Formats: sequence, C-alpha cells, structure tokens
Amino acid sequence: MSVEVVLPGALADLAGGARHLAVDLPGATLGDLLDELAVRHPLLDRRLRDETGTLRRFVNVYVDGEDVRYEGMLAAAVRDGAVVQVLPSVAGG
Amino acid sequence: MTDLLAIGTRKGLWLARSDDRRTWSIDGPHLLAQEIAAVSVDTRRPVPRVLAGVQFGHWGPTVTWSDDLGGSWHETDHGAIRFPEDTGAALARVWQLRPDSAGRPGVVWAGCEPHSLWRSADGGCSFQLVRGLWDHPHRREWQPGAGGGAVHTVLPDPSSDRVVVAMSTGGVYASDDGETGWTPRSRGISAVFLPDPEPEYGQCVHKVAVDAGDPDRMYAQNHFGVYRTDDGGRSWSPIAEGLPADFGFPVVSSPRTPGTAWVTPLVADMQRVPPKGRLRVHRTRDGGRTWTESAAGLPDDAWTSVLRDAMCVDEGDPTGVYVGTRDGCVYASADEGETFTLVAEHLPDVLALRAARL
Repeated sequence: MSVEVVLPGALADLAGGARHLAVDLPGATLGDLLDELAVRHPLLDRRLRDETGTLRRFVNVYVDGEDVRYEGMLAAAVRDGAVVQVLPSVAGG
Repeated sequence: MTDLLAIGTRKGLWLARSDDRRTWSIDGPHLLAQEIAAVSVDTRRPVPRVLAGVQFGHWGPTVTWSDDLGGSWHETDHGAIRFPEDTGAALARVWQLRPDSAGRPGVVWAGCEPHSLWRSADGGCSFQLVRGLWDHPHRREWQPGAGGGAVHTVLPDPSSDRVVVAMSTGGVYASDDGETGWTPRSRGISAVFLPDPEPEYGQCVHKVAVDAGDPDRMYAQNHFGVYRTDDGGRSWSPIAEGLPADFGFPVVSSPRTPGTAWVTPLVADMQRVPPKGRLRVHRTRDGGRTWTESAAGLPDDAWTSVLRDAMCVDEGDPTGVYVGTRDGCVYASADEGETFTLVAEHLPDVLALRAARL
C-alpha cells in the first residue's frame, strides 16, 4: 500500500528537498512506516526518533489528522492512502 | 598566523578570527537556532576540523563537523553517537568534544548525557561507547545536576594512555588505558549536597584542568570549592583562599606555564552571579596558593555568569584567555588575563569556547 508523508520545511532537506513523500509501505503501522523511511533517509529518521526507536518528545505525528500519542504511538495503524503529517510541537525559546 | 575562536551558543555557532588576539572579525551564525553545547577545533588534520555537539531542539542531538571552517557541515547518517541497543539508553546531549594529542591522530573523545564517555578513531565521524565506564557499578549513583547528568570533561594524557573524566554529579574518575579500571579520584573534594560531605565519589565537579608541568597536577572547580591535586586525583586540597567566592563553573590552565590557571567565581549555587555584579577573572601563578584579580576590560554591573565550557585558553605565547557569558558577551585576553578586549556582544548565551591557532 502507499501513504503520503508530509514533512515540515525544516526537515525537507533531509528527504531530498521534498515536503511530500509517497512511501510504499510493507507493513501497517507508523513504526513500519518510519522503519521504511529510515532506510531511505537515515538522517530524517534520526531527527524523528532516538536510537531506541522512540519518537522524540517534541515531534508530533498525525495519521489522517489523529495524534498518534492517542493511537498507540508507533503501533498506530496506517491505512492505504493515509496522510501522515510530521509537525514540530510548540516548544523552544 | 590566525587565531580562531569558536563560540558555541544556545542558538548557533560563531567563528571569530584575529591576527593579534585583540581585534576580531566575526563570522556567523552557523547552525542558526541550534544549541551548541560542545565545540572543538581539531588542528591535527591537514585542514582544521570544527566539531560541534548540536542539539537540534525538536530534532534531537548529534555531532556535526566542518572541514572548511563553517562553509559546509556534515554528519553521520545514523548519528555519530548512538547508544548500543542493549543499553536501552538514548543520547540526550553532547557535552564535550575533545581531540586527543598529536600522537593519536584521529582519536576524539566525547563526553555525553546520560553519563557516558565515547571514543572516536575516525576524527569524530563515529564514536564507540567506553563500556568500562558505562558498566561501572557506581553509575546508578551518579545523579544529574541542574543541567543534566553528564561526562562534561575528558582529559586524555598525551604521555600515557590514562584518561581522566569529570562528571556532574559523579566526580572525577581515571582509567590507565581509557577503557577499563575506572576508579574514583575525588577524595578531598566536598559534596555539600550529600550526607557524607567528603565521599569517595558523587561530587558535583564542574570542571577540571591539567597543569602544564605535571599531568598528575590538576585543578578542579567544584560545586563549592576550588581544589588542586598533585597525585593524579588520589587526593585533593582546597586552594580557594584568596578568591572572593569558591563557587563557579570553569577552570582553565595554561598549556605552557606550570602553576598557572584561571577561574571566574560566582557568589554561590543559589546566587549564580559574579560577586558584587563585577565579572572578573582570577589567576594563579603558583598552583593556587595565591590569586590575582583581573578586571581590565571586564564589565561591572554584569549580573550574568560563565558556564563550565565558556572559558578556554589558546596555545599562544603568552597564553590567551577567553571568557563567554550567559548574556552573550565574549572577552579575549592576549596577555594571560592582564587585560581583556571585547570580541562579541549580544550573542545568545555562550555555552562553549575553544581557541585554535591556524
């Protein structure tokens, strides 16, 4: 199946300059998607997850508009045709 | 000959250059909006390499480097520093990047949060966790200070394989081979926040510097107390008499003149400002027996502070001394701290300074 990943501008350079990525997904969860992205764009993955595989604290991910924190985090289901949006949270100074 | 001063701040990196160490041109910001808590300039290479420990804010920490003085930056695909899977740990911040000596080209050390020491053999592109320290039975007792629990000081001995590290908290540890046999070397240093005021380990040692004349002689700025050891850390003695306060963060030593070191005192942990609001550097030329205040060129009404790595020296003759403040000012002395000139102002909080002669 195929999903669309939407990145913030700050991360586009790590994905070849594209903010919208079409990803053929062998699995069905956000974790599967990030694993697939990591193969293609390892630096991008490093920005989204630490080396334990945990989503970074200030990285928000929405699958079809739903915050994955309430959908099982990396176990969140990703359907065929889903839009997966990555957004930086409100943080910093 | 050009002197380069790398200025790591909470919101980017600046590079200052000077031909006389009195007037400086500033290049930057590089890595804008990223926290640069560690920086080094590795001059052992055919071209100097600037290494930076970067905290990308939302996007986590990493090590990046430039071989063209900031023209371009590079990082290892999966991260130069990655905790092995079995540790279950994740890198939180790079606190120290320390190129080893000329006799060990390519070797770079990193001190990180959580408390960990790392060694690179490829100039900082990839690091391996020093397991001997990570697996130390004391590690579970090393508590984080206000800034986090980290190895913040790494001191490889150029004349042997010994490596000394310092941690907040945890204290000073040494290994004869830089890998195994880490033993606490903090006896005599106080820990006012623990039930035992002079424990074997657990102290909040803020910074350690090695004397130019003897690798066994070191100076420590502690969380209350300034100390000297003459036996490689097996015993420490207080040397704060003559200073206006014994609290502070950095201590630096001359790389060429034995007995010479500098500190920047702050009032206390609950009052982290210079005494009377006057930013001053204090210098000893006799191993801490006496101290002389340096005021020329440093500000009054400076209710700021100097963080542990925001002070450094260079390899010039006489030794240059550099101080950066949390209110974004950087001062340079070309005469071993007699007089200071302003290098930059209105930068973000200065976190790390490192000087190199190109």
